[in-house]
Amino acid sequence: MHLSRARSHTWRKIKSALASGIAFVSAVLVITPLGLVFFHLVIHGASSLNWDFFTKLPAPVGAVGGGMVNAIVGSLELLALAGIIGIPIGVLGGVYLAEYGSARLNSVLRFLADVLNGVPSITWGVVVYGLVVLRFKSFSAYAGGLALGLIMIPLILRTTEEVVLLVPNGYREAALALGVSRWKTIVHIVMKTASKGIITGILLALARIGGETAPLLFTAFGNHFWNHSLSQPIAALPLQIFTYAISPYDDWHRQAWAGALVLVTGIFCVNVIVRILTRGRTASVV
Amino acid sequence: METPERTVMERMEQGTAPPPDAEIPAAHTFEVKNLSIWYGEKRAIDNVTMDVASNAVTAIIGPSGCGKSTFLRALNRMHELTPKTRMDGTVLLHGDDLYSKTIDPAIVRRRVGMIFQKSNPFPTMTIGENVVIGLRLNGVRNQRFLNERLEKSLRMAALWDEVKDDLHKPGTSLSGGQQQRLCIARALAVEPEVVLMDEPCSALDPIATAKIEELIHELKAKYTIVTVTHNMQQAGRISDYTAFMYLGRLIEFGPTTKIFTNPTEKQTEDYITGRFG
Repeated sequence: MHLSRARSHTWRKIKSALASGIAFVSAVLVITPLGLVFFHLVIHGASSLNWDFFTKLPAPVGAVGGGMVNAIVGSLELLALAGIIGIPIGVLGGVYLAEYGSARLNSVLRFLADVLNGVPSITWGVVVYGLVVLRFKSFSAYAGGLALGLIMIPLILRTTEEVVLLVPNGYREAALALGVSRWKTIVHIVMKTASKGIITGILLALARIGGETAPLLFTAFGNHFWNHSLSQPIAALPLQIFTYAISPYDDWHRQAWAGALVLVTGIFCVNVIVRILTRGRTASVV
Repeated sequence: METPERTVMERMEQGTAPPPDAEIPAAHTFEVKNLSIWYGEKRAIDNVTMDVASNAVTAIIGPSGCGKSTFLRALNRMHELTPKTRMDGTVLLHGDDLYSKTIDPAIVRRRVGMIFQKSNPFPTMTIGENVVIGLRLNGVRNQRFLNERLEKSLRMAALWDEVKDDLHKPGTSLSGGQQQRLCIARALAVEPEVVLMDEPCSALDPIATAKIEELIHELKAKYTIVTVTHNMQQAGRISDYTAFMYLGRLIEFGPTTKIFTNPTEKQTEDYITGRFG
């Protein structure tokens, strides 16, 4: 009796060690690709990163040097355009889901948002191509921004809804009991309390679309020069990387590595900012 | 031993509680007539009629689920925040029908403030911002006026001396009892006519509770106070009139001295002596 219990105790210890071992190996397996990607990018890309890369236009084929300043600025312009479309609609939609609407309507909207989140990003490119590019007979920054903005909407909508629902009801009641109107309560109390979470959702959505290439292929199209009008094709970092990576020139390959390094670093930085923002989570609940 | 009965008798002798045979004074703040409230199919309040005296403390007591919180929330239309509620009857505040179709619930709540069981200062705001937020969101911009009202409200809530040097600190940095007094200051800042309190001390320690009770006693000079409480000793200590509710009905209502020493209804007596509830 005594012995068998001791044996089962040992067996339990082995099982526990086995389980934590598997968990540890899985964690390593998850992190390894990230480490490999970053390592690889630094090896291949760091040597091509220099001042010119951030300040010069792409050099013509065969010419040495050149940079990607137009693509970096283009990406920022596209993110701004996407934000103008995606942030207000996403945030207001999320607040609507959390604060208004009937339970049945909301569950339908929630389901549709989740379906939209699962739509492959190239689909958005094709949709916007059909709706905007064909109609105006031109690729444009507007079309690219619209495609990215449409991807942002369901992402931001769902995160906003979740963090707004986390705001304790006591704060809503406290404000309403002061004779504050419903919408002022939502804007000044609820959204303010949830603001860190909402901003986090926006930043994560920006980081996500910052690396999107497929939706830009038929919309922003890319451009080797400065874009002088938002109704003209515009360069973007992921597009430029794509174009350079599939080209036959070694010079361009090196530039593509450098571009990828810049892109990944940028996204990494956004994620670090998100971590810092969410660290004080306990202080203000959300 | 402190019993509600002894407490109210002592208060009566000191002249701080109305005698058992006192009528509800003619000056009432609320006149509630045949009030019934349903949550979906469930009837939470069943045909309650009562007048709430001005500048007095009215306590509502009763076992859990008897409808006392719902009744309190019906006095400033907060119960409407729960979906699928329905009401019947009238509630008059100084003669104005609170449920008239033309009246905005926000206006009702500006006149009838509320303190909750759990203190809830806004976590994103400082102590000072918490106090004046009601005025600010109702459109008051004059900074001097806001500062005056800030100090006045904190003084009335007996909190000024403790926080006057810390007005820029977060409201949530205060202790539980201070937070509750901050919430009282926040409610007083919009100058309501009535203050409703939904078990304001149930989350507080005895010392913090004593401070709030003392504050309630001071506030009744200026405000009408209606409070819900689970604690009968507390009802005996602070209230002038007591309403006993059971299963959504108002069983008995009268001077606290009478309810606690010589109740008319058997159910009231059973509840007060601790035989049920």
